[in-house]
Amino acid sequence: MSYLPYAVAAWLCLVGLAGVATSRNLIHLAICLTVTQSSSYVLLLSVGYVRHGKAPIFKGIPLGTTAVDPVVQALTLTDVVVSVVVVALILALALDAHRLSGSVDPDEIADVSG
Amino acid sequence: MTWIPPLLVAIPLVAAALVAGLDHVTPAKVQDALVVASSAATTAFAFVLLWQVESQEVVHWFGGWKTHGGVALGIDFAVDPLAAGMCAVIGLVVTLALIYSLTFLREAARLFDALMLVALGAMCGFAMSGDLFNLFVWLELMGVAAYALTGFEVDRLGPVQGAVNFAITNSVGGYLFAVGIALLYARTGALNLAQIGRTLLHGPAGGLVIVAMTLLLCGVLIKGAVVPFHLWAADAYAVAPAPVCAVLGGVMTDIGLIGVARLYWTVFDAPFGHGHAVGDVLLWLGLVTAVLTGTMAFLQRHLKRMLAYSVLCHIGIMLAGIGLLDSAGLAGAELMFLAHALLTAGLFFLAGILHVDHGAIDELKLRGRSRGSWAPAVAWFAATIGLVGTPYVGIYLGHGLIDDGATELGRPWVLPLLWLGSALAGAALLRAGARIFLGWGDADDALLGRALEEDPRERRVLRPLLLGVALAAVVLGVAVSVVPGLGQRAEYAADRFRDRAGYTARVLRGRPMAPPQSLPITIRHTSLDSLLYGAGATVLALGLAGVGLYRRRLPRAVAVVAERALAPPIHVLRELHSGVIGDYVTWVAVGTAVLGGVWALLLH
Repeated sequence: MSYLPYAVAAWLCLVGLAGVATSRNLIHLAICLTVTQSSSYVLLLSVGYVRHGKAPIFKGIPLGTTAVDPVVQALTLTDVVVSVVVVALILALALDAHRLSGSVDPDEIADVSG
Repeated sequence: MTWIPPLLVAIPLVAAALVAGLDHVTPAKVQDALVVASSAATTAFAFVLLWQVESQEVVHWFGGWKTHGGVALGIDFAVDPLAAGMCAVIGLVVTLALIYSLTFLREAARLFDALMLVALGAMCGFAMSGDLFNLFVWLELMGVAAYALTGFEVDRLGPVQGAVNFAITNSVGGYLFAVGIALLYARTGALNLAQIGRTLLHGPAGGLVIVAMTLLLCGVLIKGAVVPFHLWAADAYAVAPAPVCAVLGGVMTDIGLIGVARLYWTVFDAPFGHGHAVGDVLLWLGLVTAVLTGTMAFLQRHLKRMLAYSVLCHIGIMLAGIGLLDSAGLAGAELMFLAHALLTAGLFFLAGILHVDHGAIDELKLRGRSRGSWAPAVAWFAATIGLVGTPYVGIYLGHGLIDDGATELGRPWVLPLLWLGSALAGAALLRAGARIFLGWGDADDALLGRALEEDPRERRVLRPLLLGVALAAVVLGVAVSVVPGLGQRAEYAADRFRDRAGYTARVLRGRPMAPPQSLPITIRHTSLDSLLYGAGATVLALGLAGVGLYRRRLPRAVAVVAERALAPPIHVLRELHSGVIGDYVTWVAVGTAVLGGVWALLLH
């Protein structure tokens, strides 16, 4: 078993969060958010990976053949769908922010505080 | 009767699809009827379910994929009294909000209704789910609906900022939750909560489980807007339309708390239940949240922002109740949730009415302008007193049960801190009520900061309808503490919720429950301590409200000392709530790291 996928997942999560925290542009920020989320894809897929495992399609292959875990793939797909919706919404809001204030900088649109 | 739980999700989601899909085809009246009827039907089924689950656990396995030899093959809804009760309250508040918005938001109508119904279905699904990954899906679904509802009035910058901050902070929470799921799945090979708990009971609970717990709990604590993850909430609730605020503030924030309770008692009680480390951290988070956000509520002049902080203050008190990890504390949190949801919704509805009447939602701008409108005034003060927890009004009974739990566990210092929080938040609302409905107090106060931009005014409303809905919510909420038998049933629900072995047996083995003993139908009494603290909190709230109204009349020496002592911390508090998303995400990251570090130290 290799530790590399786990290290990649941790790195993606942290670097994405750092990007979200320091971003000065909402579109850039939305992309950083997807980077954070891709860490969960990498993690899920590496959790379910079996060395020399076949794709989990059991038609026409003998019973007992080693296959990778199909559950994590379903989870990853769901995760992707969720992420697309959120990113679409944030991009739409970024458009509105630009229309209203001429800027997509989160600092500039901070109208309410305290 | 296992066919009822899926209906609580299916009815609102199908209705939402119909409403969105048949836009411009069916007449508006038919659409309105469909929306309100589907929400009311969901609520009615939730009450039927609540009656059903008293004597059995209603478990629904989707697609007929039942357990096999005690191993979960499919995905389930496992409904206990707490989940069913939660669904009933959620349904009630959403139905009231939908009736309120029949005339309140006419232009926005169709998609607004569809989004509200999606949020309703998702919240019910979250409350009933017995599957870890489904918790994530419902969390994200209600989140997306809520972000869109917050940013509904995109013609102004405030709602855009509120929706952006809400969406990004909660999405980060969702991703932390997803990583937590992956780690737990890697350790246990299961997604069913009961099965994960059973597996963790036997294996060693290493660092991996602690990290997974930290990520999962932080994910739901962000939804629950607990300090330091709370910064998004005031921005979002201040800008959303009043009926949306009623749903977000009344029930959706609390969803985070049921997430904490569900995850702890189905999963993490197994490896960590022998100690009190997890609970103590939650208790402290709750106490800090209650006092800090209570203070923030007192510093607001925008009514919806003030109410948002008041919501967070009560969230803190409920989290402290859950963190006690005993039945009394959990039962107290349930009862508080019931009263707080209705009263908060009622106050948001009243704030909406004030805005309709005067085109402003600012305490100072509204000073004295609602003199003589008696019904809203009485409702406002009744709801406020209910939220302070004056003996036998509103949240009092729930608060009293949390007190009992804290005293039994030998943590009596919890009581004054909790009552201080609710007194602070209550004082802010009392002060606002006295200014607006009685015209008391100074016309200006620099302590309350600057005025925020006002929402556009809704004009073509049916005011009696708005008022009727608001009064209904307030009356129901105020009565919670004196409904006979409610306290005992909440304790029974809490006992069952905490019984992990029983839950596992009922879900995975289909074992029937021992018939419950019949519960008395009397008003549950509280300890003398709670009575005294409740009365004390009321006096303190009235006193603080008086100080807030007539600050200038304080003796000069007192005023100078108070200014010197309080101005710097107040300044720091305001600076923390900066409204900038980068700061919020930094707090999320730091908070998660600190919580994980503390748990790693305490649990290892």
